[in-house]
Amino acid sequence: MTNSIADIHLADVLLVTGSNTTEAHPVISLEMKKAVRQRGAKLILIDPREIELADFATLHLRPRSGTDVALLNAMAHVIIGQGLAKTQFIELRTENFDALKEAVKDCAPQWGEDVTGVPEKMIVEAAQVYGQAGSAAIFWAMGITQSSHGVDNVQALANLALLTGNFGKPGSGVNPLRGQNNVQGACDMGGLPNVITGYQPVADENVRAKFENAWQTGVKIPSKPGLTVTEMMNGVLDGRIKALYVMGENPALSDPNTNHVREALAEIEFLVSQDIFLNETAQLAHVVLPGVSFAEKDGTFTNTERRVQLVRAAMPVHGDARRDLDIICDLGQRLSGVDGKNFADVIRPVSDWTYAGASAVWDEIAALTPSMAGISHERLNPRGIQWPCPAEDHPGTPILHKEKFTRGLGKFTPLTFREPAENPDDEYPFTLNTGRILQHWHGGTMSRRSEGLDWVVPEGEIQINAEDGLRLRVASGDMIRVTSRRGEVTGKARLTDKLPRGMVFMNFHFAEVPANALTGDAVDPVAKIPEYKVSAVKIERV
Amino acid sequence: MIKPDRIVATTCPYCGVGCVLNLHIKEDVVYRVTSPHDAPANHGNLCVKGRFGYDFIHSKDRLTQPLMRKDGELVPAGWDEAMGHVAERLLEIRDKYGPDSIGFLVSAKCTNEENYLMQKVARGLIGTNNVDHCARL
Repeated sequence: MTNSIADIHLADVLLVTGSNTTEAHPVISLEMKKAVRQRGAKLILIDPREIELADFATLHLRPRSGTDVALLNAMAHVIIGQGLAKTQFIELRTENFDALKEAVKDCAPQWGEDVTGVPEKMIVEAAQVYGQAGSAAIFWAMGITQSSHGVDNVQALANLALLTGNFGKPGSGVNPLRGQNNVQGACDMGGLPNVITGYQPVADENVRAKFENAWQTGVKIPSKPGLTVTEMMNGVLDGRIKALYVMGENPALSDPNTNHVREALAEIEFLVSQDIFLNETAQLAHVVLPGVSFAEKDGTFTNTERRVQLVRAAMPVHGDARRDLDIICDLGQRLSGVDGKNFADVIRPVSDWTYAGASAVWDEIAALTPSMAGISHERLNPRGIQWPCPAEDHPGTPILHKEKFTRGLGKFTPLTFREPAENPDDEYPFTLNTGRILQHWHGGTMSRRSEGLDWVVPEGEIQINAEDGLRLRVASGDMIRVTSRRGEVTGKARLTDKLPRGMVFMNFHFAEVPANALTGDAVDPVAKIPEYKVSAVKIERV
Repeated sequence: MIKPDRIVATTCPYCGVGCVLNLHIKEDVVYRVTSPHDAPANHGNLCVKGRFGYDFIHSKDRLTQPLMRKDGELVPAGWDEAMGHVAERLLEIRDKYGPDSIGFLVSAKCTNEENYLMQKVARGLIGTNNVDHCARL
């Protein structure tokens, strides 16, 4: 998020798209509702489903799945055409405005209606409400990013914020809501193929030299970015990847086209799983290493507003499991030969892989990462710190891009609408959408083992539109089979009037009703994120 | 009412909001979760998962010892044997096929410190940038 959770209630307008906030980020949705109810903020909701936030929305736009860029371009067209763009902000703080203007020239609201199905009048009104706001904040989640044009979608949203000067002030900005507790941190820590900590690119010679000098392992960091998850799975099948070390993840359930992933994992020469449960991936592993839960370890998580917060051990480790940090240090010692064993080519010189706890590991991170240089575990007690925090006397940064953008000038991106990779057709006439529900979590390994949550929602249901159900002679509770070009899934139908006609919605929390057996391999060309929100499927009663 | 042996403040393991949890512990078991009203992200609010979704910590399904595949079956093994085997196989595979034949999936559920060290193993000891996690999923 460019802004903070604490300033949501200061926004005059909230634009929420591709986020079922009440179910996936419930506590943030409370702040949004508060803004609407207590301050009279206007909520523009863009989502094909009638989710709970629709009850709070001034405008609810329900576009056809995957047509985000068309809708947002049409809004930009209106903002420019009606003179709502903030010319001074555009002149002083942005570049490439003319290219955007040219790109949205033909995106009139009527064109927008033809492509997205959202009435022309609503597009105009949404653009006016957003464009006239004193401060307007945009929020999104995977409904925007899990698309074969996810990067375009995000840039189209950024264009709107740039046009209207909604950066660098309270109650504004572009605010992705991060899914997992520490997905922000895993990215910040270099858990990505192209960057090391704090997004320092591996392609940069100076960055590599800095880490090589600090680590003293004698190993050269390659300059070429590595493979993404999806590419690694393909790499297993085509023989490029021979070994995978998986820590705290379950790609056999959560990756797209899971049949393909399982085939890959079953074939691999060496698979290690470090986890707290014998999940679907661990079952295929050659070695399984038991780590511990969040309640048994010290460290930090970084939340969606870039706030680094403490995780504290509350109890001893479970059985003969080991703290994950200890497992990794043990591995580090063995791989570098400091455990006393001599491999054929002991790597020298070695760092000794002994740390006096998580706090000491953090100190190494801070020393190598300018944007976090001022953060220490000691300073994080009790409220955490939002990076960038470049010095020990720096208070952290609740709002990014205040005086200038990180890159200098904010850049408009001209965008052309592209259809999703797989639209419904005669053979597969329905659009499958996937997402979360409030009571469960991701692959279910945690939430399904919590008695209360499992009691409330014990099984995965397949939601279909009530009229579609009538036409197919399917009632709630009937078993249906959903088939795509990749696979088929059978489960209980739930009829609902919250979905548009032609849409099927499945959550991905239940291994018995695995939505991702149906989803496709199409990915965004830049972000490599799979298109989970649009897959063509057919439905039959069984 | 049960009196806790201790209350430990920590951060919720579910979504990215970053709610502060107070874990109430009795005999090393979490039996209740609350949140302080001055918590920066959640002001004491919690959703149903944060407040009630903690049984998994004590689940009987928790892994308690390393497992190794022998004759096709996963069987219990000691830490030294398991870790030794992992290190040996990774180095063998690196030497035979090169560092880029190995991939590492770090985790959006693990701590910053764990993620940092795991990518340090990948980049600094194996010599590959094949590091990713489920950020896209």
